[in-house]
Amino acid sequence: MKTAVVSTFAVITTLSAPSTSAETLRLLTWGGYAPEEVIKLFEAETGHNVEVTTSNNEEIIAKLRATNGGGFDLAQPSQDRIASAQEEFGIYKPIDMTKVDADLFIPSMLAATAENTTYDGKVYGLPQIWGTSGLVVNTVEAGDVTDYTDLCDASVAGKVSYRLKRPTLIGFAYSMGLDPFAAYDDPEAYQAILDQVETRLTDCKPNVKTYWDGGDEIKNLLRSGEVVASMAWDTGGWQLNADNPDITFVAPEAGALGWIDTFALPARGRADDAAYDWINFVMKPEIASIITNSAGNFTAAVSGDKAVSPDLKTRYQASFDDEAIDNIKWYPPVPAGLEAMEGATLDRINAAK
Amino acid sequence: MVTDKSRLGFYLLLAPILLWLMVLIILPHIGLFIVSISEKIGPREYATGFGNYAVFFTEPLYWNTFARTAIMSIVATALTLLLGFPIAYYIAKLTRGRTKTTLFLMCMIPFWVSELVRTFGWMILLRETGVFSNLLMALGLVDGPVEMLYNDAAMMVGLVYTSILFMVVPLVTTLDSLDDGLIEAGYDLGGTSTSILREIVIPHAMPGIVSGCIVVFMLSLGNYLTPILLGGKDSLWFTGMIYSQFITRFNWELGSAFGFLLLVLSSLVVFIGLKLTGQSLSNTMGPT
Repeated sequence: MKTAVVSTFAVITTLSAPSTSAETLRLLTWGGYAPEEVIKLFEAETGHNVEVTTSNNEEIIAKLRATNGGGFDLAQPSQDRIASAQEEFGIYKPIDMTKVDADLFIPSMLAATAENTTYDGKVYGLPQIWGTSGLVVNTVEAGDVTDYTDLCDASVAGKVSYRLKRPTLIGFAYSMGLDPFAAYDDPEAYQAILDQVETRLTDCKPNVKTYWDGGDEIKNLLRSGEVVASMAWDTGGWQLNADNPDITFVAPEAGALGWIDTFALPARGRADDAAYDWINFVMKPEIASIITNSAGNFTAAVSGDKAVSPDLKTRYQASFDDEAIDNIKWYPPVPAGLEAMEGATLDRINAAK
Repeated sequence: MVTDKSRLGFYLLLAPILLWLMVLIILPHIGLFIVSISEKIGPREYATGFGNYAVFFTEPLYWNTFARTAIMSIVATALTLLLGFPIAYYIAKLTRGRTKTTLFLMCMIPFWVSELVRTFGWMILLRETGVFSNLLMALGLVDGPVEMLYNDAAMMVGLVYTSILFMVVPLVTTLDSLDDGLIEAGYDLGGTSTSILREIVIPHAMPGIVSGCIVVFMLSLGNYLTPILLGGKDSLWFTGMIYSQFITRFNWELGSAFGFLLLVLSSLVVFIGLKLTGQSLSNTMGPT
């Protein structure tokens, strides 16, 4: 009897003990970033299990804040949303660079992300996937739309859609000749910019068919022809381009807005080793290509674009010439408290008649 | 001994509902209240105060959105009652046996799928490239496509549609309990259809009407999906505002204050409604 109890106990301890060889990696990421194919390869190579939860920037922060950084082992917020979230809520732990194979990353992107995700002298983020938001336009029906403010033009009245979110405020500000990123650290100057953008977007309201919320919603609107010009992500435009050659992503004259999604470790994650294994695995050039083909965006992996499908490369080159790439406005880290100012502006635009 | 045993049984039976109330309703609300009275003064720094509530009353936008949500919900409730009453009366009084069951079932079938699917159904019908628009063009009634989505009327249709069942069910129950003899007696005494409806049917159905209205009002007020998906560019809804405070603004403090205000103000509207109709809550929720 006693031995039975003891052995049962032993079995339970072995089962529940965190073994270094096989862990469950709970990944909080974006749709398309962890394709089934890559998960299978990863599980076969390392023996870890992967559980994927898809999300977005705001929800990543909200979810981790609700649990003080628990419930997930690896999260993928954009690089500009890490330092302020860390400052306010303390939801991440620093990256241990000794466990990361830094040679897999494009050095300039690794350095830029490290700089932007540093809080209190420690680095909290590694770059994985980058892309832009700009304009997705039906070039036959709305060929004149080449900048954010062109969405307010009478020629496309009632056939325009954008989100009521911060990228819209920033895109319009650039298009109006302002420089919002330079005013990030000066609340008064930033508020002045927001006020001008608010007037512009309120005036533009009659032009808008609806404010879209999800990626599928805007693709649906564009595909059906109900909307001919919109602000959206580059991948969305390229996916639509595959179905309808008239629709594509256009880098706006004022500059596309560039984002980098990162790897960040939640503060109370339990499977750090699996998380580092995942990072080192998906940054391998051949795996990075699979992810690019699935997510539609390019990665920060060295030679990660080698095995990318030629169609995607063609679409990318058609949207971005060298000048457009140089003109990309990369999001700097968002200072804490900026979202509250932007939120009030967005609410007022939404409520305006 | 016997009393001890029955008392134990009483507490055992009471335990699940008490546990439910404590763990799922009272404790979260205490937590919500504590969050709502903490004001943010800097990163990871909070002070206690009622500043978040003051924001609601000083910023007209929030106050207006709440009023709009409440008024639209009241209108939706009234429309649901107007549409639901004849249906319920027909099912309860004018049909028998199998037809009755079938009709009742037909009211319920749409509710076997989720609210999201039902709302998407309306989007397919109303959108510019949708069923109604194409039908009107095929009949030659309009020249070009018509957009019927993204406005308050579409939202109202959605709200009424999602909540009509919760009006019909209590109404059928109360109308069922009305003795047909009373209506016949009314006619025998020379009453007209209108006067019988006013003097006999509606007074008898009042508890059902009020409880149906309370449920529909609460459902509309707390609805999130329908206003977001069907509503127009300026269709702010208070629950959507709470969501954006929590999720996109990271402002849990203000969001909690909004949540509390929604609770208080909706209770107030229900209270006023009960007073105006001369009903009491126990009368409405008790035996119908």
